[in-house]
Amino acid sequence: MIKAILIFNNHGKPRLSKFYEHFNEDIEQQIIRETFHLVSKRDENVCNFLEGGMLIGGSDYKLIYRHYATLYFVFCVDSSESELGILDLIQVNSQVFVETLDKCFENVCELDLIFHVDKVHHILAEMVMGGMVLETNMNEIITQVDLQNKMEKSEAGIAGAPARAVSAVKNMNLPEMPRNINIGDISIKVPNLPSFK
Amino acid sequence: MALKIVKGSIDRMFDKNLQDLVRGIRNHKEDEAKYISTCIDEIKQELKQDNIAVKANAVCKLTYLQMLGYDVSWAAFNIVEVMSSSKFTYKRIGYLAASQCFHESTDVIMLTTNQIRKDLSSPNQYDTGVALTGLSCFVTPDLARDLANDIMTLMSHTKPYIRKKAVLIMYKVFLKYPESLRPAFPRLKEKLEDPDPGVQSAAVNVICELARRNPKNYLSLAPLFFKLMTSSTNNWVLIKIIKLFGALTPLEPRLGKKLIEPLTNLIHSTSAMSLLYECVNTVIAVLISLSSGMPNHSASIQLCVQKLRILIEDSDQNLKYLGLLAMSKILKTHPKSVQSHKDLILQCLDDKDESIRLRALDLLYGMVSKKNLMEIVKKLMLHVDKAEGTTYRDELLTKIIDICSQSNYQYITNFEWYISILVELTRLEGTRHGHLIASQMLDVAIRVKAIRVFAVAQMATLLDNAHMLTGNTQRNGICEVLYAAAWICGEFSEHLENPMETLEAMLRPKVATLPGHIQAVYVQNAAKLFATVLKSQEGNTDSTTAQEASQLMIDRLPLFVQSANLEVQERASCILQLVKYIQKLQQKDVEVSEEVCALFAGELNPVAPKAQKKVPIPDGLDLDAWINEPPSESESEDEQPKAIFSKEEPKHSRPRHTEVDEKELARRREARKQEQANNPFYIKASPSSQKVYQETPGVEHIPVVQIDLSVPLKVPGLPMSDQYVKLEEERRQKERAEKKKKDKKKRKEKRSGRGKKHDSGPESEEDITPAHMVDIVTEEMPENALPSDDDERDPADPHKALDIDLDKPLADSEKLPVRSHRAAEVLKSPAEDEEGENVSSLEPKKKSSKEKREKKKDKDKDRKKSKEEKKKKKHKHEEKEEADLLCGQADEPAFQSEETNEVVTPPTSTSADVSDLDFWLSNAPVPSNTQEAATVAAAEAAPAPGAISVTTPDSEPEEPKDTEMEETKSSKHKKKKQKREKEDKEKKKKKKHHHHHHHHGDKGGEESVQNGTVEEEEPLPPMSNYCLLAENSYIKVMMEDADEAYDIQGNLQDGSQVVVSVIFENKCDSFLKSMEFNVLDSLNSKLQRPEGSGPHDSLTIPFQLPPGVSNEARFVFTVQSIIMPQKLKGTLTFIVKNEESSTHEKLDFKLHFTCTSYLITTPCYSDAFAKLLESGDLKSSSIRLEGVNMPFHHLLARICFHHHFSVVERIDSCASMYSRSIQGHHVCLLVKISSQTVSVDAKCDEPTLLGNVLDEIKQTFSQC
Repeated sequence: MIKAILIFNNHGKPRLSKFYEHFNEDIEQQIIRETFHLVSKRDENVCNFLEGGMLIGGSDYKLIYRHYATLYFVFCVDSSESELGILDLIQVNSQVFVETLDKCFENVCELDLIFHVDKVHHILAEMVMGGMVLETNMNEIITQVDLQNKMEKSEAGIAGAPARAVSAVKNMNLPEMPRNINIGDISIKVPNLPSFK
Repeated sequence: MALKIVKGSIDRMFDKNLQDLVRGIRNHKEDEAKYISTCIDEIKQELKQDNIAVKANAVCKLTYLQMLGYDVSWAAFNIVEVMSSSKFTYKRIGYLAASQCFHESTDVIMLTTNQIRKDLSSPNQYDTGVALTGLSCFVTPDLARDLANDIMTLMSHTKPYIRKKAVLIMYKVFLKYPESLRPAFPRLKEKLEDPDPGVQSAAVNVICELARRNPKNYLSLAPLFFKLMTSSTNNWVLIKIIKLFGALTPLEPRLGKKLIEPLTNLIHSTSAMSLLYECVNTVIAVLISLSSGMPNHSASIQLCVQKLRILIEDSDQNLKYLGLLAMSKILKTHPKSVQSHKDLILQCLDDKDESIRLRALDLLYGMVSKKNLMEIVKKLMLHVDKAEGTTYRDELLTKIIDICSQSNYQYITNFEWYISILVELTRLEGTRHGHLIASQMLDVAIRVKAIRVFAVAQMATLLDNAHMLTGNTQRNGICEVLYAAAWICGEFSEHLENPMETLEAMLRPKVATLPGHIQAVYVQNAAKLFATVLKSQEGNTDSTTAQEASQLMIDRLPLFVQSANLEVQERASCILQLVKYIQKLQQKDVEVSEEVCALFAGELNPVAPKAQKKVPIPDGLDLDAWINEPPSESESEDEQPKAIFSKEEPKHSRPRHTEVDEKELARRREARKQEQANNPFYIKASPSSQKVYQETPGVEHIPVVQIDLSVPLKVPGLPMSDQYVKLEEERRQKERAEKKKKDKKKRKEKRSGRGKKHDSGPESEEDITPAHMVDIVTEEMPENALPSDDDERDPADPHKALDIDLDKPLADSEKLPVRSHRAAEVLKSPAEDEEGENVSSLEPKKKSSKEKREKKKDKDKDRKKSKEEKKKKKHKHEEKEEADLLCGQADEPAFQSEETNEVVTPPTSTSADVSDLDFWLSNAPVPSNTQEAATVAAAEAAPAPGAISVTTPDSEPEEPKDTEMEETKSSKHKKKKQKREKEDKEKKKKKKHHHHHHHHGDKGGEESVQNGTVEEEEPLPPMSNYCLLAENSYIKVMMEDADEAYDIQGNLQDGSQVVVSVIFENKCDSFLKSMEFNVLDSLNSKLQRPEGSGPHDSLTIPFQLPPGVSNEARFVFTVQSIIMPQKLKGTLTFIVKNEESSTHEKLDFKLHFTCTSYLITTPCYSDAFAKLLESGDLKSSSIRLEGVNMPFHHLLARICFHHHFSVVERIDSCASMYSRSIQGHHVCLLVKISSQTVSVDAKCDEPTLLGNVLDEIKQTFSQC
């Protein structure tokens, strides 16, 4: 079982938090902080597994993480999950984020995750459900997400058009929106881990 | 209207959406909290509007704020509103918000049941999907109960997208509502073979998750998973299955044997590291399960360890980590194999990666021995000094203590050294484990008598330097150590060199800053010290020291009398008064020391933690019997405080009565006294407790754990002390300790003959091992107190409730609550409801759930009311309910019929499962089993072959009876052998698996003996699975009928495979090796040889046979045509090796493939059978058997058993039977009997095959 999926940046700011077990908001924040603290002080070339998070789980649980550019993807899992399998999944996960968000934006970067956390949640929901892995096939995930987005668009219809226009205008002059932090090059680091079919 | 919509959407354009919120927060870095609070106010305004779009936008923003740590539970009701929007866009937002912030105690969840149900049955698959996703995060027991049936129907939805989600969510439903597991399980199992890989994967996921916690219930699924494992290409699924097998193999070693081959194939073929690693892991699990108790497998373990070493040495840190992880699994069962890699593990301790260091630490636990313990701990102590983070340092500390104290300090040869280590550990600042060190100090000082002098000296030093430990008292756990130090100094104060000094140290004003419980110990032990001081001054004419001591006490104690801690206060004031009185007596020159010492006299004995539980219950005392009849129902309901014995006998779960009679009271008092007498922390008044302990008759049963080392010698034998001295030198701060030790050594040497054994280092090591303790652990524990047992299982673990036997047929009462109840209820008036309740009160479970539902209904009403008040669109709500009702009723019949179907089917299929598993497993070559079988065979055959022929027929008549019973139960007729096993299973349902093995073994033996004797005269009749193939003075070869065939369509285009299992038994006294098996291939049948070898090459048999041992090998043959029986000539060559010589030997044999062996027992239903016969494609033939002198069912059983048929239908003395060949030929038989004449009419689509099969049947019966 996956107990939690966290994405935060190099400064520990949460970009996505999905807990598959209930904690109240304070504890959740504490877990994110603690996890960040544990993960961030590790070197780049150490292993991707981490034990000893006190707040979440206990001895049966592990943190499995990957660090891409400015973001940490952290899965908290118990012993029923395969460690390397989850690593593969994170890779699929980030690839799907990249691919799906790429369709809406030209180059995905941390900011896209920040502004579209709801979309990220929807993507994640196609991949992991209630703490169990639902789908590992990237194409299948993307198809389902696209279909749902299409449905959303068709529902918005004409009424949605002005809103979209406005938000496009709002997005236009954003000096703070650097497009250069690309996490699309992630697969370079892990050439020996083929993704799932 | 349209204008209004446009206007609304234009308004919305300028509302803040999620992006604006995020942007705003980023622009207000300084006053983020303030900005967010204004945003929340805005959101509250938005939520009050009627426009659902505005609400959805607000909820979306709240979801974001929730992630930042803001509590948004106040908006729960609005979230429910957004969830119930008809638009997918908003619905999705609502469900997302709900999944992020709803949980079991969110009360509005009650209101969502109908909405969720409606969404689940929505025609739009994404509505359903979104509802399932949301539900998976916030499902409650109520929701699970109410929706279980709806979700179960979705498991058979036409869209795979819905099916996979429905399957996956069932796991959550099971957790919350365990009753649903059994009714839903057949369908879940079905989904393992779903055509869609996603659904399949989901089902595998769920079952693996279930099986992980209760593996034994899922053993019967092993064949199915095995099939999946060999067919699936989805790595994720494979990983899950392989992990599951890893959990199953310890329960069923035969399974492991079967797994090895496909796992090895996967290892060679896969390119995914993740899959490869899991395969290796499971192979290890298999080897461990196989090798327990079989020393010859340790070689393969060794091999595994070698391979893991390669992983650990890999530069990829992930592999290194995983290698260590896998290593720790081996360590548990084969510590020796791992120990040889100590160098590597120690090297990993220096790794820069903390995760790897922690893994290595875990392994260290199993690596220590008496020899290297000091060295390893020294290394760890260095790490402790270097460690920067407290987590890692604490981990090191606990590991050091774990390592040293494991199996009762087995590896510690020098306790002085250990005490110094503990003292050194107290210098760690900020550790959380002070209490751990303290309990170790206490334990060692109490249990190792000879170390007390040293320990007391060390503790006195600690007390003296207490200020070093208490730097920042509050958050410093290390001051717990002082608790131990004070107690040790007090209790063993007779060993103190200068008790007065220590007394002074214990009464310093600074002590008052320590935590209360420590102060209390200080005060109490100061009194003990005081007594010692008085005693030491006894007879001394100059009484100044004694008076000084009294004065010191009187001066310092008032500080403690004022303590806020009640315990401290009370003890201090008691002792103060006592000392004042003593002082008075001292002034009158009265000898008081003896009386004062009497207060604290007596020896303390360490008691095993579970000792109390193990006090045997005296004969004739039934703890569950009523002592007095319960006066009334109501009173007996208040549950008795759990008795100490309750854990021991979980089966007697009746609530115990409150009243206790005198006998019981006396008994308890006695037990309490015993406990007190043996409790080191209980301060006794009676000096005679030791005696009591010896006199009381039943007390030997109290396991008193004691390492009494005083006689053989605890102080180190010379070689050890040398090491110790070396260590001491390295630690300069220990100088003082060393000096003392030298003193002591001198003293020791002066002592009488005790030191004799000193010179023999190893011997003294032996002495130190507290052998009798081990006895206590293994003997005194009641069966259920084994370390891994329910004792340790968390009672709150939700998986405990899921430990359900899935093979039992479903009872009617287990059906899932069907929606129809509810639909009816909504229509009913409250009065009617009550009636309904009365009716259903027959079933208490239903009643309660009904009540709950009613409650919910009330809530629904409330909700309606509140809606009215708020002037919401009430009619909408009603509409919804109506819609619910409608679809509820519409679906109802369908549910019902499905339900009944399921209730009918499981009994047949599940009971078949059990036997299937054994059947499946029995086909695997299992050396342990066959070996057993063969040895039994040999043992029986050797003394009296004649006796066997008597015994076998004896057992025969019983079997048919069994089978007859079975026949009536199910039409799926299996082999006799399986039947018998099934019977057995039913009888011994709860027994462990190895019972079955035994059975297996015995039976195998019986059969082979039977054949062995019969085969001498007869050619090769297909009597049973194993028939004698050939035999000479060296070796006996038995063959199993080739009745396992692989799926033809799946595996081969035009041929089929037949697997022949051959048992080789070594009958001579020499070693047989280099066995090679070869068969002269015919045009029709070919032995499958590994790729690259020529058509005449022989196959090397992958094992050797020591004398008297047998083993089994399997050979695969490819057969073109199966319509004719075939014979293949073959040779077995081998080398016979004994001490003097080795000779080449050869054995010729003929492999006989009967047509029967191409048949597979295949169940067939009578309607399908009838259709087959009607089809007219079949040719018919018939035979007559005269003089068959056996009951009809016996006859049928024989045909089933020997010729692989199954009974389709049986009416009186007439039965139809069916079988199928591996190439898909149907063979149908109609068997009739009338007074010793049996007529068999047969039909088959291949006349030659039919003729041959009939001939074989004839032959079978001509023999009996």
